[in-house]
Amino acid sequence: MKNIYKIAVLGILMVVASCQNDKKPNYQYMPNMYQSVAYEAYSKHEIFESVTGGSASMEPAAGSVSRGWMPYEVANNTDGYAFAKANLTNPTLNTESRAAKGEELYNIYCGICHGKKGDGQGTLVKREKILGVPAYNDAGRAITEGSIYHVMYYGINSMGSYASQMTEDEMWMVDHYVMSLKDKLDGKEAPAYDVVEKVMEVEMVDHHPEVMEERHHISEETHGEEH
Amino acid sequence: MEANSIPIMIQVNHRNSFSRIITLCAAILLTFSTSLFSQIDAAAGDATAGEALFKANCGACHKLYKKMTGPALFGVVGKYEEDYEWLGKWIRNSQELIATGDARAISIYEEYNETQMNAFPGLTDGDISNILAYTNTEKPAPPAPGPGAVTASGGGVSNNIILSILGLVLLLLIGVLLLVNNTLKKFAQAQGLELPAMEQSARKPIWQAFVENQFLVLVSVIFLLLGGAYFAYGWMSQVGVDQGYAPVQPIHYSHRIHAGENAIECKYCHSSARVSKHSGIPSLNICMNCHKSIGEVAGPEAGELSSVTEDYSKEFYDKEIQKLYKAVGWDEATQSYTGETQPVEWVRIHNLPDFAYFNHSQHVSVAGVECQTCHGPVEEMEIMYQHAPLTMGWCINCHRETNVKVEGNPYYEKIHEELSKKYGVEKLTAAQMGGLECGKCHY
Repeated sequence: MKNIYKIAVLGILMVVASCQNDKKPNYQYMPNMYQSVAYEAYSKHEIFESVTGGSASMEPAAGSVSRGWMPYEVANNTDGYAFAKANLTNPTLNTESRAAKGEELYNIYCGICHGKKGDGQGTLVKREKILGVPAYNDAGRAITEGSIYHVMYYGINSMGSYASQMTEDEMWMVDHYVMSLKDKLDGKEAPAYDVVEKVMEVEMVDHHPEVMEERHHISEETHGEEH
Repeated sequence: MEANSIPIMIQVNHRNSFSRIITLCAAILLTFSTSLFSQIDAAAGDATAGEALFKANCGACHKLYKKMTGPALFGVVGKYEEDYEWLGKWIRNSQELIATGDARAISIYEEYNETQMNAFPGLTDGDISNILAYTNTEKPAPPAPGPGAVTASGGGVSNNIILSILGLVLLLLIGVLLLVNNTLKKFAQAQGLELPAMEQSARKPIWQAFVENQFLVLVSVIFLLLGGAYFAYGWMSQVGVDQGYAPVQPIHYSHRIHAGENAIECKYCHSSARVSKHSGIPSLNICMNCHKSIGEVAGPEAGELSSVTEDYSKEFYDKEIQKLYKAVGWDEATQSYTGETQPVEWVRIHNLPDFAYFNHSQHVSVAGVECQTCHGPVEEMEIMYQHAPLTMGWCINCHRETNVKVEGNPYYEKIHEELSKKYGVEKLTAAQMGGLECGKCHY
């Protein structure tokens, strides 16, 4: 009879041990050291209930602009597309390092459908999840720097907008890269990279030279302080 | 060809003759006839070739049996009364057709919120015939659930049945053994046999002997204390560690399908990992980049492209996509947003305590660490769980073992050169660059 008790106790222990629940978070020693007093991204607080339904991730105040943001004033419609296609050009330099960055970003965001070579044969197309993705040298679309940017910014037909995943500058880098892919598909030689003579690479061509000048002074000063 | 060759022959023989003019007229008529009477004919088209063309050109916006960005195209030939000339014009350049003031074209354009259909000037009459032949393909009937299908989709159920049968057999065995024991006892009694009684010896019980031996007591107490301390330490160390934590999420999102089978880059959705402290949970517009087109999961009929497993059926996944549509306010029927959104309350899995600072962009963009180094084989996870313990020891271990990535980073070059001279090593680890300083993570 004693044996039966032993077996029962062992069984209960095993059941308890197997009940460790992966669906619930573990205990913490001092939760007030673990949990932030400040509002963290996505955390839920009563105070936001009326605004976002509780989430601390609120939209920025209306009209606020993030640093380095430039307005894109072409409208999101057919006329805007035609305008961008005909008139808009890439205002940024296409240096070698920026082109590498553009390639990296392209492979993250675009290559999955448009293919690493821009031939419209990305993984999702090959797996027949998303269909009808054209090659960049498609004659019916005849993409230009402006139309590429416009489509990345707003999306078109079945393609969504990528403005929430990339900054304007990053989209321009991808823009350069897409044009180079198009040239490759057309069998054309890609234009040579822009070369920046300065030690500090200027990331964005600015239309106000005096501002750029000042920026250089500042960067040189801070550079000097480090040594 | 023939039309062109006739006037040349005539030109030589009958200069300025009346018949020449007539034949010339006939030639002109013949040359233009190809465009006057369109050669497009769905009946003459090859549906298989059309399928490939459809997938390559039209599939971005059209499905056969379901409205997408553009209308469902099944039976489009019948819908427009086999007006092949008009269909050809529309397919090659719908904007041109609209510009001519064609009433039918304008009404379609307006019905679809003035969404421009791309021009396809490169499609030949044969191509268009093939595509139109494909659009006449009837929807394949859903495969009848034969006996094979049941076992394929109900693997979990059959496992349970097998287990319960095993349990039942074991119970029966126990019962049979008890019965046999009883009958044997009865049999013995009937035979007058005396069963050897359990030996009740007069010896000292073993526990009493144990208590009297003080040395043995001391040793076992020490042993118990040490063992207890070991287990207590182990138990206390896992408090606050959430390794293996796999909460139930409001929408069953399968990393296995997205990051594994479809090989979507992690940073496609978690784009803020590149540039910020957080690797953000993607907002639903990013889901809709693809799920605008993908309304259902490829089921078993898709063969090797199928995403379903034994435990998760197509119906299960399709329901989850519907949850996404509901949350983001997407109306599949009209292919538009209703504006009624519902935030999805994802459950956070990886959570560092507030007293530790961690920055994703430093690790992802600067150090170039693969996401899988810390998050484990995400591309195989049907249900996301915490792979790493995320303890301080774990962080420090990696900082000690990982070399700093200096290539293409002029910011590190100089300091790397000086420090590697100081330490006399070729490659610096993150720890040697100051990756163990308290203030780096705790402040």
